[in-house]
Order: sequence, then C-alpha cells, then structure tokens
Amino acid sequence: MNKSNSQLSPELAQKLYLSLLRCRKFEEKIVELYPQQEIRCPTHLSLGQEGVAAGVCSALEKEDLIFSTHRCHSHTIAKGADLKFLMAELYGKKTGCSKGKGGSMHFLQPEIGAMGASAIVGGTIPLAIGAALALKMKSKNQVSVAFFGDGAIEQGTFHEGLNFASLKKLPVLFICENNGLATCTPISSRQPFSDIYKRAESYMIPGNQVDGTNVHEVYQAAATAVERAKKGEGPTLIEAQCYRWREHVGPNFDYQLGFRSKEDVEKAIEKCPIKCLEEKIKNENILSKEILLEISDLVTKEIEESVNFAKESPFPQAEEIFMDL
Amino acid sequence: MRELKYKEAISEAHVQAMLKNPNIYMMGVGVADPTGIFGTTIAASKCFGKERVFDTPLSENTLTGIGIGSAMCGLRPILIHARNDFLLLTMDQIVNHAAKWNYMAGGKLPIPFLIRAIIGRGWGQAAQHSQSLQALFAHIPGLQVIMPSSPYDAKGLILSSMESDKTTICIEHRWLYEKSGPVPEEPYSIPFGKGTILRKGKDITLVAISHMTLEAKTAAEECSKENIDIEIIDPRSLRPLDEDLILSSIKKTGRLIIADAAWKMCGMSSEISALAAEKCFPYLKAPILRITLQDTPTPCSSVLETVYYPTSMNIVKAARSLFSGKPKDDAKEFIAAKSERDFSGPF
Repeated sequence: MNKSNSQLSPELAQKLYLSLLRCRKFEEKIVELYPQQEIRCPTHLSLGQEGVAAGVCSALEKEDLIFSTHRCHSHTIAKGADLKFLMAELYGKKTGCSKGKGGSMHFLQPEIGAMGASAIVGGTIPLAIGAALALKMKSKNQVSVAFFGDGAIEQGTFHEGLNFASLKKLPVLFICENNGLATCTPISSRQPFSDIYKRAESYMIPGNQVDGTNVHEVYQAAATAVERAKKGEGPTLIEAQCYRWREHVGPNFDYQLGFRSKEDVEKAIEKCPIKCLEEKIKNENILSKEILLEISDLVTKEIEESVNFAKESPFPQAEEIFMDL
Repeated sequence: MRELKYKEAISEAHVQAMLKNPNIYMMGVGVADPTGIFGTTIAASKCFGKERVFDTPLSENTLTGIGIGSAMCGLRPILIHARNDFLLLTMDQIVNHAAKWNYMAGGKLPIPFLIRAIIGRGWGQAAQHSQSLQALFAHIPGLQVIMPSSPYDAKGLILSSMESDKTTICIEHRWLYEKSGPVPEEPYSIPFGKGTILRKGKDITLVAISHMTLEAKTAAEECSKENIDIEIIDPRSLRPLDEDLILSSIKKTGRLIIADAAWKMCGMSSEISALAAEKCFPYLKAPILRITLQDTPTPCSSVLETVYYPTSMNIVKAARSLFSGKPKDDAKEFIAAKSERDFSGPF
C-alpha cells in the first residue's frame, strides 16, 4: 500500500483517532490529578500538539524507533506505549517505565521502539541519527525519528545532525514541532525567519511544512518520508506547525502572564486536532458516531486503569538508587 | 615476552576487538587519514575499511550523540579525538546523555561506548591542545575513566572497555606512545577499578597517574639512593578508583604523595587526598603532598613549559621533605629522565 497517497480509510481514521484520544485523555487526566500533589515531577504537556505525535507514529511500524524531548508524553503514547507504565512513572513508582528514575521528561519503552527522551533541547537529534546509522549498518529496513521543537533549531546538534544524516543518507525523520515558543519566548525573538522547513535545503534534503493540527496531513508527510528513508534515499525534515495550549511546564494556562492573549489561546483550541479529525470523519462519512464513542470509552477505561495501577504500585526501595547505573 | 610500543598495543587492541565483534565500529576526525591518530587506527582502518572505520565531520558533540544512539541499537562505537581538549565540545552528550541514559531508562538501555582522547603535551601546544581533563569526567557517575600508563595496560583496558556495557573515557598521554613494554599477543582484559603496584616500598605511597608514573619511577630510584623507599601505585582507572589498593599502601607507609599532571584544585589529587583523610587518617604520619601542574593555562614557550610541568625532581624534593631527618646529599642534584627529549614536533 502506498501510504502517502492513501485517502483517509476507515482503518486509518480509527487508528489516528485512537492515537489522538490516548494522548489527549492521558494528559487531561494529569491536569485533573496534578493538584493532588502525588505526581511530583515537572510535566510538560502537549495538549493541542497531539496531531504531530499521532500522525507521525501512525506512519511507523513497531520496529521503527523514536527519540523525544522533555515534552515526550504524546510521542511515547502514540508509538504505542503501555499507559500503566507511563502513569506509574509520573507517580515515581517502581513499576514506572524507568522504575522511578526518569519521570515525565524521560518516557520510554524500548520494546515498542520508544527509545527515550532528553530534557536538553536538541539532545536527542544525534541519538536518533546514531540509531539510524546502526539500522543502516545492520541493513535493517527500519527508520528512526527525532522529535524536537522549534528551539532545537537554534542548537548545534540540529545543524551538525542534518549535515551528518544527509552525508550518510541515513533513514531518519526530523520532525520539528513548531509551536512558536521556547518557554515564553516567541520564535520571532530567536530566529531570523520562521519557516523552519526551508533549512533543509542547505543540507540537500527534502523539507516540508504541514499543519500539525491536521493529523492526516501529518501522517501523509511522515509516510512519504518513511518510504524515502526505507528506499535508502536519506532523511527528511518535516516542520509541523502547532500550538501549545498550556503553560510551558505544569497543568495550567499561561495567558495571564501576558505574552499571549486569552483570545489567541481560545482561537487555537478551536482548531483542536481531535475536533478537526472528527469533522472530517463526519463530513466524509468515514466512521460512525458509535465507533468513535466506543473508542473514546475504551481509552477512558485504559486511562482509569493506568491511574489505579500507578496509585497501587509500590515506590522503589532506597537501595534501588544505586541500580541501573 | 614480546614488546610493543604503547601506540602499537592500542592498535592491536582495536584490531583484535573488531575481529571478535562485528558490532564494533570506529569514527572520529582523522581516524581514517594516513596518520591514523598517531598510528593507533591505521591497522584497523586497513583491516576493516570505511564501513567500520570512518572519518567524520568536525561535529564532536553530535558525533558523541550518534555513538550513543548507535550503542542503544546494538553497536559498540569507538569515538576518537586527537586532543583531549575537544572533549569540552561534547560535554553535553557525554555528561547529560551517555552517562545518564541507562539510569534514566531504568537500566533498559546501556550505552557501551569507548571515547579515546589524547593529551597533546609538548612542542608548544599551549592552552587548548594539551589539557589534562580527567577530573571532569571522573566526577560524573555513570562514566568509567581510564588512563593507562603502559602498553600492557593500554591493550588490556581498551579490550575491557569493549566488553563493558558502560561508556568509558580513555585519556592517553602522547608521551607514552613511543614507550615499549611487554604485551601478550593474545587478547586479555584488565578489570576497571583495579590499580597496580609499579614498585614496592615501605616509606611513602606515591600515587602516580598516566605519564607521571614514568617520572615517579625515576624519582623512586633516586630516592632509594637516599634510603627512602617509595611504593608507586598506578590506579589505571580513575572511576572506578581502586580505593583498597591505595588505602592499604598508605596504612603500610603512613605517607602519601600524589603525582597527577593536572590542576590541583578539584583534581584527582584532591580526591585521593580526601580519600586518605576520610578513610585512613590515623595512619598518616605526615601531611599529604601533591605534585601537579601550575595553576595556569598551559603556556607555549618551552621555557614556560618547563615551569609548568612537574618532573621527577619535584617528586624527589617532596619525598625528601617528608624525611628531613634522613641522611641525604642535597648538593647532588640529579638530572631527571628527560622523556620530553624523546618527543619532537611538528605537532
């Protein structure tokens, strides 16, 4: 099947919808539970940005690898992580995905190709390239993905990394989630122009820009990049434009700080990736309302189970601090 | 036993490890060029070709990250820097990523990775091509730091790093490269965290690191003429550090000198002093003495270099000061082994 040219089939619509809802409801649950102060680590929520994670990861196979950032929840979830282990990690429990050693900024599940996340901006770009180098050296028909934000464009690793990946024609996707903000600082204060995808040209690789709230569009761009990578033609840079609904870190809104207006945030929320997909599904009559409800109920149940699992799990023993070094 | 030069021992370790394990590859600026990192990568380059031994862009930090990513996916990278100083460009990937990834992953993603870097002392290398930065890395949990001083240790420790699941920083002093010593032909390993006694003695424990072991041996011979019997310990690996070996020697001699050609402040010499003070204070009969670099960047002029670097003479003087009551002939200054005469430019 040529994924990149496919129409939105019922199967794909279902896959994308499920992925989006898992990301969304997981973080909405964090917002709800955070005031209980049992989640004792900083959480960088990707509410509003799920279209990028869901679109890209739906174009990947289980064996493909992803590397993420401090805002890593949706990437890891969309890759297919078990929510129980992620929620338990937020609660600092032994059963967490990194046994309570990593927390919110370092989600991973290597068995499903989620290879971890760095809290250093641009930190995982080289790691994803290294993984792609290993895939190529071992002649594996897989790809590696680096997720990063617009801030990472300002790091040396982005430029060094694109140079190396292009030179070696490595099977890697560079996915830039451009939410236009580094904490509270707009991209206009940090970069001379905002079309990040154009930077690909100087490294002789394809670069394209997609609407990150349109999960199908993201999916198609990612599928094209995956095909290219698997054919041995090298990396692709995809800039997905999106909007961070909440504060840089934490469960709240931040328009009261004054660097963006409440109206702007509300306008962005209107352009919700889930709502956009639901409208498309309805307008093109792709899936029934009942199926969507069924998916939603399934996800709600999965989230509840993950919270119960996390709350009931034991904390690590003191001596475990010396393990896993 | 057959003798090899230090650089030949490293080269042999690389070839033997790469023959045994097809997942090992080697990269870095200049690893596949005709000079092959002072000759240490030429044989590997010839044997294994550009697929497994390749030159890279000058992107030290990203190369380290590439090594890390590949190590997570079943490869065993070796990344080589012709100068120790270039490691400073890659501190983020070494300290924030290589050293921590497995821990942050709850033990699911070990990073087996060897990073070699060379101290480029001499011939006016000045401040950015000759630093000794071992303490920066020894400070970091999650890393292993080795500084072999003999051809035997170089081969054994590098082969051990190829079997280890951790990231190892190997810091080599280039004045050791032409030194010869016995090296078994077959592969062997030296455990990390195991030091070695280079000379047995009863009066002073002299912990000497890397090239300073050579100065230490010269100093010990000189001191023996004055009836000062020095025990020389080469820790070989700085993290983990062989505390037991150092402490048991101090308990025997009651005196400690540390010779580390690096800065004194927050250096390995501070760490080993603290170890002695914390764990065998009652055994110390005299203050701990430290032989280190001057507290300045490395100067270029050969005259200033002479002031900057400690020699066996500094060690002898320190040893004498601990035994001021012992008979000695102060007028009889000796000429230190001029190992620097073995080394000449152009770079």
